[in-house]
Amino acid sequence: MSDVVERTLSVLPGLLGQHEPGAGPGGAGGPARASATSRLGSLIRSITALTSKHEEEKLIQQELTSLKATVSAPTTTLRLMKECMVRLIYCEMLGYESSFGYIHAIKLAQQGNLLEKRVGYLAVSLFLHENHELLLLLVNTVVKDLQSTNLVEVCMALTIVSQIFPREMIPAVLPLIEDKLQHSKEIIRRKAVQALYKFYLIAPNQVQHIHDKFRKALCDRDAGVMAASLHIYLQMIKENSSGYKDLTGSFVTILKQVVGGKLPIDFNYHSVPAPWLQIQLLRILGLLGKNDPRTSELMYDVLDESLRRAEINHNITYAILFECVQTIYTIHPKSELLEKAAKCIGKFVLSPKINLKYLGLKALTYVIQQDPNLALQHQMTIIECLDHPDPIIKRETLELLYRITNGQNVVVIVQKMLDYLKESKEEYAIINLVGKIAELAEKYAPDDEWFIQTMNAVFSVGGDVVHPDIPNNFLRLLAEGFDDGKGDDQLRIYAVQSYLALLEEEDALYPQKLLQVMSWVLGEYSSLITDVDPEVILTKLHSLLKKTCVTSETKAWIMAAVTKIASRTSCSKTVDKLIQEFSNSLETYMRQYVFELKHLCENKVLMKKFLPFDASCNDMVVDASLSFLDGFVAEGLGRGAAPYKPHHQRQEEKLSQEKALNFEPYGLSFASSVSSSGITGRQSPTVLSFGSDTSGNSAETGHKETNTLKLEGVRKLWGKEGYLPKKENKVGKENEPQTVACGSLLAGQVGDPPALRSEQVAILSEEDKEKQQLASTLFIGLGSNAGVSLMGKADTSTQKFKRKSKINETQNIEEASDFQNAAASDFGPLLDTVPINMEDCEGNLHTRLRKASLCSSDIVEDNLAFETPQALKKSGLDQRLSDSRLSQSSLFADSNIEIFQPPPSAQCESASKTPLVPSLPEELKELTHSEVVELCQNDALALYLCKVWTDDSLLLTVFVSNKTISALSAVNLVFEEAEHFQILESPSYQFPVIEARSVEHCQKCVWMDKICTQGVLSGSLNFQSEMETHLEFSVTLSLLDFIRPMEMTTEDFGNLWLSLSNDVKQNIKMSSSQDSLSAALNTLQQKLKLHIVDIIGNEGILACQLLPSVPCLLHCRTHSGMLALWFRSPCSALPDGLLYQCQKVMEES
Amino acid sequence: MIKFFLMVNKQGQTRLSRYYEHVEINKRAMLEAEVIKNCLSRSKDQCSFIEYKDFKLVYRQYAALFVVVGINETENEMAVYELIHNFVEVLDKYFSRVIMFNLDRVHIILDEMVLNGCIVETNRSRILAPLFVLDKVVES
Repeated sequence: MSDVVERTLSVLPGLLGQHEPGAGPGGAGGPARASATSRLGSLIRSITALTSKHEEEKLIQQELTSLKATVSAPTTTLRLMKECMVRLIYCEMLGYESSFGYIHAIKLAQQGNLLEKRVGYLAVSLFLHENHELLLLLVNTVVKDLQSTNLVEVCMALTIVSQIFPREMIPAVLPLIEDKLQHSKEIIRRKAVQALYKFYLIAPNQVQHIHDKFRKALCDRDAGVMAASLHIYLQMIKENSSGYKDLTGSFVTILKQVVGGKLPIDFNYHSVPAPWLQIQLLRILGLLGKNDPRTSELMYDVLDESLRRAEINHNITYAILFECVQTIYTIHPKSELLEKAAKCIGKFVLSPKINLKYLGLKALTYVIQQDPNLALQHQMTIIECLDHPDPIIKRETLELLYRITNGQNVVVIVQKMLDYLKESKEEYAIINLVGKIAELAEKYAPDDEWFIQTMNAVFSVGGDVVHPDIPNNFLRLLAEGFDDGKGDDQLRIYAVQSYLALLEEEDALYPQKLLQVMSWVLGEYSSLITDVDPEVILTKLHSLLKKTCVTSETKAWIMAAVTKIASRTSCSKTVDKLIQEFSNSLETYMRQYVFELKHLCENKVLMKKFLPFDASCNDMVVDASLSFLDGFVAEGLGRGAAPYKPHHQRQEEKLSQEKALNFEPYGLSFASSVSSSGITGRQSPTVLSFGSDTSGNSAETGHKETNTLKLEGVRKLWGKEGYLPKKENKVGKENEPQTVACGSLLAGQVGDPPALRSEQVAILSEEDKEKQQLASTLFIGLGSNAGVSLMGKADTSTQKFKRKSKINETQNIEEASDFQNAAASDFGPLLDTVPINMEDCEGNLHTRLRKASLCSSDIVEDNLAFETPQALKKSGLDQRLSDSRLSQSSLFADSNIEIFQPPPSAQCESASKTPLVPSLPEELKELTHSEVVELCQNDALALYLCKVWTDDSLLLTVFVSNKTISALSAVNLVFEEAEHFQILESPSYQFPVIEARSVEHCQKCVWMDKICTQGVLSGSLNFQSEMETHLEFSVTLSLLDFIRPMEMTTEDFGNLWLSLSNDVKQNIKMSSSQDSLSAALNTLQQKLKLHIVDIIGNEGILACQLLPSVPCLLHCRTHSGMLALWFRSPCSALPDGLLYQCQKVMEES
Repeated sequence: MIKFFLMVNKQGQTRLSRYYEHVEINKRAMLEAEVIKNCLSRSKDQCSFIEYKDFKLVYRQYAALFVVVGINETENEMAVYELIHNFVEVLDKYFSRVIMFNLDRVHIILDEMVLNGCIVETNRSRILAPLFVLDKVVES
């Protein structure tokens, strides 16, 4: 359009007339436009003149009130409206929301004339965000303008589309925009390409079919259109460079022409031809030539020329040179070019211009991994930069040093980093640097003393913003020791000594994290030091407890330390004093700790057993089902307490109570229900999950027993005479306060029918397995406290501190959290608290504990959850189908269901006589899918569900079968909003009509929004028959439903690996059936749908993604019967979830 | 990628802001205040790039006015530094005196140059072309 525009000077004066700063409110007789603008002017001027924020707020509120009146007045002209919009933009810019104007902005875009329309669009793009609902109202206007004969309007429409457009409306404008690619005016073609770029960003699938047209745009005769298409190509090549190698020649030619000055002169910027275009092309070439000698070959010439041409001394040429250097060091190397690039970097680094120095350091940091010699060349400059007055330069230099740290220079570099930290105030910088120091210290520490001192510095400087992994890793390292085991105690002694020294200083204030680390180390290892009286240490800890600056979490750590030390001394005055002092503390948790301590002190033998020395790494077994409370519960029920109901059951009942009339038969009278539903509800975690694992038939095991109190499989830890140590081979983690507290309180209360004991032994092994699984579920998140070292570093093998491999690392170093959990669950004299605790656990354990209920819908859930791992195999469709069919038939055999007691809601009354069994539509049968299972039903309808695992989502196919002999109309299916899941498009679906005795189905795509191992999606079905009927159902979805294999090359894996930060490491034991790495990996591939990228020796790498596209990488290594798993992902929760699944499948196979 | 484009005066008053990633309106003012504080704390002989949280600020000062651009690590700082100057040169070419009363036009110019956080046009005559056409229509 530039040719249309005649930029004559005659236009300018008229335009500039309005910029008179002197024009006051009212415009003093000037043209209307000028007066309108000056209203904004006067607003700005009066705000500038104000001195306080309060005055500003008052003035703006006033302004907004008057604007509100003006915009909603029917007499307001479009011109005035435009002026109001600009003022609204100004108010919003200052942070005052003016949402009343949004709709008027849309109206202005719709009705306005050119400039007014442009301002309307502008206001829309500034006010609304991508998902704003009002945006839909704009679509019509955009469509109209795209079809306009006025090019200015077309331009505006294309601009707004490329700024902000609702994704779901793309189809409405896409054909129109595609047409514009052939337009005769360059500006239209250019803007159309920009709009398509936007579409590519928000919905790549929708523009897949026009890739050819992108190529045409790349070859457009106009440079601007070509440049616009580069954005799309950069993006696409970033995602998949191998698909565009054939275009390398074109990009090289274009760059050659640009560098050679073949573009029109107005593309020059300070006589450099199209610099930003050059930069864009250099980036693309870098991506294409990476690890590809043949493609790189094609670009050597043009890179050489770029380096040569960019010799004018101007900032913009430096920008090009920087990009050039980066590209040269990214692609397959050519020594001649590397030399030139290195020279160029040298020039940058040595430059007196500070911005250039920064750029040089950044380039050096980038290339130093390929060529460490370059650092040697510039070592003096680097040293100078380290003491540079500009902290930004310093920080960049430290970043550079971090990359070249090794065993020899670590002391110096870490010292420099610590020096920087002491001056730095910015939290983000501190977190970042502290993490790096901890990593380097762990990797390269020259000796123990230095390591401890450095870590102390990390904790004191980092304060409480340090990443929680750092203290956890540190403690773990101390606890687990090193490969040789020799220096372990030495290091611990150093640590204890240094902390005692720190505590000597009376008035020092230490961050909480440091205090916690100190407490733990003193508690565990202070007895290694023989020359210090434990009494002295206890006194110090005691005085810490009294300080006000110590948080309650830290106090928990300190109390744990005191308890541990107390267990090793015969009697201590300090402990007695402490007990006395805090028994009356106003803080409940303190009273509780002291109470526990007191009881333990009274029984020293027991205390020693609980708190053996240096046992933090030993395995522990946690009775997470709280089975030792069963007797207590039974007693409570016997006294008439209400039985526990799981949360969702309570919810269902609450909902059903809301109905006006109750058509269900009343439940059995209370006396008998105590023994049936009541006990089952309570005991179920042990019974049902246990049953489902042993026989694969949870229904049977679970429900046959409903008339007796089931106590087999429940291990008795506590009996009438108190603790029963002889029957117990592992008492769980010995210093586990939870067990302690329960013991002291409940010892006298829990009955122990001796007759049941003989059964315990037989079941113990199964039980153990179950519990281990529970333990791994419980402590799964804490496994992530593993290392931070970068896999990419070449010299990981030289690490100073290598961790010992442990058989089972599912332990929790953070005892504080145990304390806290214990606080909730220990003291439950009333039955009421038990259900609450159960619910808490339920939340934690996600799955296991909720596998129990009489309701049929729950059984379905169990089935879904249960069969998923088997059913998810990528290959072997037939086998999978038969698998899932098996599990279904065994779970849903009619005989099982008929054993059910009729539950209050009578939902599964007629489960055995389903008339209509739905099947998947043909097009879905091709895809991997689960069996069709029944969700719920009543007299009229039955609801079935089938999971279809498509490549890009989980497709839930819901079947509604009409069992009646008349057609049902307006059957409405609604999914409730779930915390963890997102239903694409609408969460509801209406079946207009379902014919008599027929089946209808609908499909919903689901993504996992928030990661969990398993979650429940519930919903309801409403319809009108004689009366309104409401049917509820819920579906259990597992993380695995949303995991898909991710294909990639080893190189891509390596690159991605380095760019990811969330680490989770865990060793798991391999069973005899999968002793080889490939067998283990195959198990993971089949059951978890991971993609095996590569296997090298005893190491393997796998990749998968969580839908829609969150990658998770896995690195596996086998050694001595163990499989070391190392996950990385951009999402922190994903590795934990996958780790859990890995453990599960490895144990199952 | 460019995350935001700001013009702030020395007193910390925002003259123009454009965000290319959605930021809640109440968080903007705070961010802008922090940004300008960071810029003001730096002297002339310090470099024009600031590491700020997980992104970088590139700033240039023109008399009492700061132009600050927030970018992520994929962007070339120097190229953005010059983009700012290019933008100012375009403004200079279009406006003769005060630009702050023409918020809408400054936005229109910026929209031609930067879209979705990408630099889309740097050719001065092409940047101004649509605006000149609009002005011509208004004039007639």
